[in-house]
Formats: sequence, structure tokens, C-alpha cells
Amino acid sequence: MSKSNTILYLDGVSVSFDGFRAINSLSLVLDKGEMRAIIGPNGAGKTTMMDIVTGKTRPDEGEVFFDGQVDLTKHDEAEIAMMGIGRKFQKPTVFESHTIEENLMLALKGPRSIFPALFHRRSTAETRQIDDILGIIRLGDKRNELAANLSHGQKQWLEIGMLLAQDPKLLLVDEPVAGMTDAETEETARLLKDIARDHSVIVVEHDMHFVRELGVKVTCLHEGSVLSEGTLDFVSADERVVEVYLGR
Amino acid sequence: MSGRFFAAGADRRIAITIFILLAAAVIVPLLNLAVSPTSTFYVPSYIVALTGKYLCYALLALALDLVWGYCGILSLGHGAFFALGGYAMGMYLMRQIGSRGVYGNPILPDFMVFLNYKELPWFWYGFDHFWFAGLMVLAVPGLLAFVFGWFAFRSRVTGVYLSIITQAMTYALLLAFFRNDMGFGGNNGLTDFKDILGFNVQADATRSALFAASAVTLALAVFVTWAIVGSKYGKLLMAVRDAESRTRFLGWRAENVKLFAFTVSAVMAGIAGALYVPQVGIINPGEFEPANSIEVVVWAAVGGRGTIVGPIIGALLVNAGKSWFTGVLPEFWLFALGGLFVAVTLLLPKGIIGMWDSWRGNARALRAASIAEEAGTDADVTPPAKIVRSAATKPGDWSAASPEPQPAE
Repeated sequence: MSKSNTILYLDGVSVSFDGFRAINSLSLVLDKGEMRAIIGPNGAGKTTMMDIVTGKTRPDEGEVFFDGQVDLTKHDEAEIAMMGIGRKFQKPTVFESHTIEENLMLALKGPRSIFPALFHRRSTAETRQIDDILGIIRLGDKRNELAANLSHGQKQWLEIGMLLAQDPKLLLVDEPVAGMTDAETEETARLLKDIARDHSVIVVEHDMHFVRELGVKVTCLHEGSVLSEGTLDFVSADERVVEVYLGR
Repeated sequence: MSGRFFAAGADRRIAITIFILLAAAVIVPLLNLAVSPTSTFYVPSYIVALTGKYLCYALLALALDLVWGYCGILSLGHGAFFALGGYAMGMYLMRQIGSRGVYGNPILPDFMVFLNYKELPWFWYGFDHFWFAGLMVLAVPGLLAFVFGWFAFRSRVTGVYLSIITQAMTYALLLAFFRNDMGFGGNNGLTDFKDILGFNVQADATRSALFAASAVTLALAVFVTWAIVGSKYGKLLMAVRDAESRTRFLGWRAENVKLFAFTVSAVMAGIAGALYVPQVGIINPGEFEPANSIEVVVWAAVGGRGTIVGPIIGALLVNAGKSWFTGVLPEFWLFALGGLFVAVTLLLPKGIIGMWDSWRGNARALRAASIAEEAGTDADVTPPAKIVRSAATKPGDWSAASPEPQPAE
């Protein structure tokens, strides 16, 4: 398999915690500009896979390459984030004691060292970017409210907005519609499809309606490796997938 | 409109604090020096020295709050930075004694003659110059904090573990400074000071000048802290406190964010120590006592963690209380202090400042309600209810200015 023209390339990746193999020779390839949905029962290794890609966890063996040439196992979280991989956590994680606007400001692409931050003055370009993102995530009327006062779904959106502000090449989105109403879920699917037009995206989700709505290639993980891959119809028709989900 | 007024409220509070400190720097020395001792406005010299000491404690509490309140780093070793700054100043004051010591040695301080030192240890060189000592007051605590923080934050030591190793650090320094062959006067420390910059440290005018210097320095520190906390870096500091991993995945190096605040805070603590020593006339290893560092945490908590004015008020009130209490019931002071900490934690989780703010918030809501009621007498019944509700949700506005402290990690 060639690495060129891939945004993310995992080959034979394994990691174990205290003897438990969370990821077991996992291979996964994401092309540039592709959106992929990852499904799988609890404990299938979805979040661990994201931890490996973002540098939080080091794999015991295997190759992890970003953009065809960067070996991600040699970098830490902050470096990987700066290269252009953004991550949304399973539990929405925003800065609750800051306003929506300040949350976005901290996420906005730019220098990440202390002294520029100390003497930072917001430029008009930055204000415009923040306005744009506020429009996309529909929180424009709440820009000066504390993030703590947002509803669960709105926090999810704010976190996606922070990813956008970071302007990454690859977005890893962990359970974006958990705790959302049906209308919000639909809205989020639309938003992610929009984002996928000029970004590569990996979405981990349990909600099958949502995955269907995305209409992209699906990878089903089980016990730390790929069980099945293809369209949602193909994957859900796969006997092994049915077995895993329904139990033997 | 009230929202905008309140948003400016936090900054106004800073301005008032700075104004009061600068005014005190002028008025208190005047009342001590220029007013006759029989006048009711006369401020006795011991009060000047005592409040000057409290201002140094307030600066120390403010330094701690920068890392604890705004970045969630509960340092239980800030007394060490304070003491190191104090020792640097003490070394300068020792060298100023010259041949007026008991043994009359023009180079060696008394304790070195007593301990049979033949020549001045290398690390005492340069301390006969005020500028050098001043530089060391900043550099020694700053460097220690930088090295300590570099290892601790890089290894991602957080929460209780970090608190414990800061405590261990100050305890290790306590033991080291107790040793006579460390060259810092051992158990007795440094004392018997005569001059500072050529002025007698015991003189009323010098005492007043030191008081004024402490007040002005504290005012400056309030301004610097306010500027840091209000900058983008300050927002980042609180972001690291609230969701450290989020900042990492946004590309920020959380360890550097913490390291900068920790170092700045240690330098501030060192300055506080340097101002403290000439006012109390002694520095000994007792200042490294872990209990001292814990007491600083109590001051910050009582006044209001995560605010700028809170730790200052806390330090002043608790120390004034301590001076009074140790006069009346000396054996019970530690119980009172412990009880105070428990009471504040249980009843005033946001400290005095937090209580004041929520009281103001409620009063504002009530006033808005009564105004709305008056205005609504000839109008519909619904508008007042609407205004009351909007007023009641206002607390969100002021808590934006003073971020909600999180429980200690």
C-alpha cells in the first residue's frame, strides 16, 4: 500500500495496557479529503485509535503516518495539533469559564508561544474569522456568554467550531451527536458534510441514523482491529458485524 | 447598561486597590514622620513596621494566587521563594554591617568569624552591592522555580502530587539552611542589620520608606498581575486550569504556560521576601517552614481565590487577626487558623470577595426588581417580571470577570 496521497496511514498498529490489547495490528488508510465514519461496539478501540493518532498514546508497534510522510509516533500532542490534526473529545470539552468568543480565540490558528500570547492584540482579520465560525456553528447571538452556560449540544458545536478555528487538515470527531436532539443531529450531519468539503474527517459515532445521513465509507472496529469496511449497507449486511453487535 | 457597568466593575476594583496602596504609601509615612506623637492622627512606628510586613505577606499571597487561583497549581512551597528572596536581601544587609559587628571583622559577618571561616565563601561575593543583591532577589527564586517547574510540568506532575513535591522542596531547603556549613548562618540565620543603602534600618524614616516601597511594589504587582490575567496568555492560563488536555490538542504547550506563571510568581514572592527582611530585621531557616507556605494558601482562600484583590484582603485580615489573637490567646491561634480555613472552605468557597460579589449580585437583582415594580405600576404586569428575570441572570456577567475557582486538584 502506498502512503502517498493519504492523509492518515496506520499499518499494523498495536498497543496494550497492562496486558490488554486495546489495538491489535490495526491498519487503516484515509485518503486526502475523505470523510470516514468509524463504528464499533464499546471497547473496540475507537478512542484509543484517536489517542494514538493525536500523540496521547504511543503504539507498541506499527506505523502511523500523517500526510504521507510525517511519522506521528515521534511527536507529542502539541506538535501534532500544530501539524494540522484537530480532535473533538467524546465528552464535549470547552473552556467553561471563558466566553464563546474567547474559546474560539484560544483555538484560532497562530503562534503558540507564551510571549506573543502575552502581548496579543486581536486583529480585524481574527475578529472576522471568529465571526465566520460563529456563523457556521450558529452561536453568534451567544458570543459573550460563558461556555459553561451552553447546553450539551451547543458545547459540542462550540468544540467543533474550535476545531475549525484551528484550521486543521484532518479532523477527528468523537461522538459528535451524543446527547443531541434529532433536529440537532441532522444539523450536525449537515455541518460535518460541509466541513468535509475541504478537510479530511474521521467521525466516530454509535448513532446509525447519523452515520447513514453522512453517507460515507464506514469502518467497523472490533477488539482493536478492522472487522469490516465499505458502505454502511455493505457493513451492516456483514454477518460478523451483526454478530458483534447482537452478540453470539 | 448595567451589564457594561459591571463589566467595568472588575477593572474599577483594580484601579481602586492601586489607588489605595499608592495613597497609603504617601499618607502613612507622613502621619508617622510629620505629625506630632501627641496628635490623634499620629501613626506609631510599630504600626508602620507591622503593616509594612503585612503588605509583604499580601504580595506573597498575590503571587501564590497567580498560580493557584488562575492556573490551578496548588503550590505548598511558595514560602521557599519568599525566604530565598529574603536571604538575598539579608546577605546584602550583613555585608553592610562591615566592621561594626561584635568581632569587628570588616569582611566576614559575625557568624562566619564564630564558625572559624577564614575567607568569604564565593557565593557571598557581590552582595556588598545593592544592585547585585537586587538582581539575586529576582534571579534565585526565579531560577529555582524555572528548574523545578521545568522538570515537574514536563513530567506532567499535577494536582496533589505537585503540591507534595513543592512541600518537599521547601522542607529540603529548610533542612539545608539549618546546617551551619551551608554558609548562611545556620539556625540563627542573618540578623543584627545596621544599614540599608546607607540609612539606618531602625530609623523611623527608613521604616517609613520601606513601608512606602512595599505599598508601591504591591500596587505594581497588582497592575502586572491584572495585565497578565487580562491578556490572551491569561485566558490560556485559566484554560489550562480548566481543561489542560484541550489546550494541548489545540497545539498549546501547557507545560510552558504553567512554567511562565510559576516563574513570574516565584519572582514576585522573592521580591516580597526581600522587602520583608529589612522590616522585621531577621531572616532564618524558619521561613522555609512548610507551615508558613500552607498559611499563605489560607490567606488566598480566605480572601478569594482566583481574584486579584482577594488574596491581598485575605493576607491583611488574617495577619491582623493573627496579631490580635496571639496577643489575647496565644495558645489557640493555630486552632483558630485551622478553624478559619475549614469555615471558609465550607461556607465561603469563593472567599470574602466571592461573598461580596454574590451579595452585590443579589442586591442588584432586588433593586432592579423594585425599580421594575415601580415602573410597572401603570404598565402591564408582564414587563417587570421580564426585567427581574434578566437581572437575576446577570450574575453570569460578573462571574466572567472573576472566573469560578475550581476545587483544588
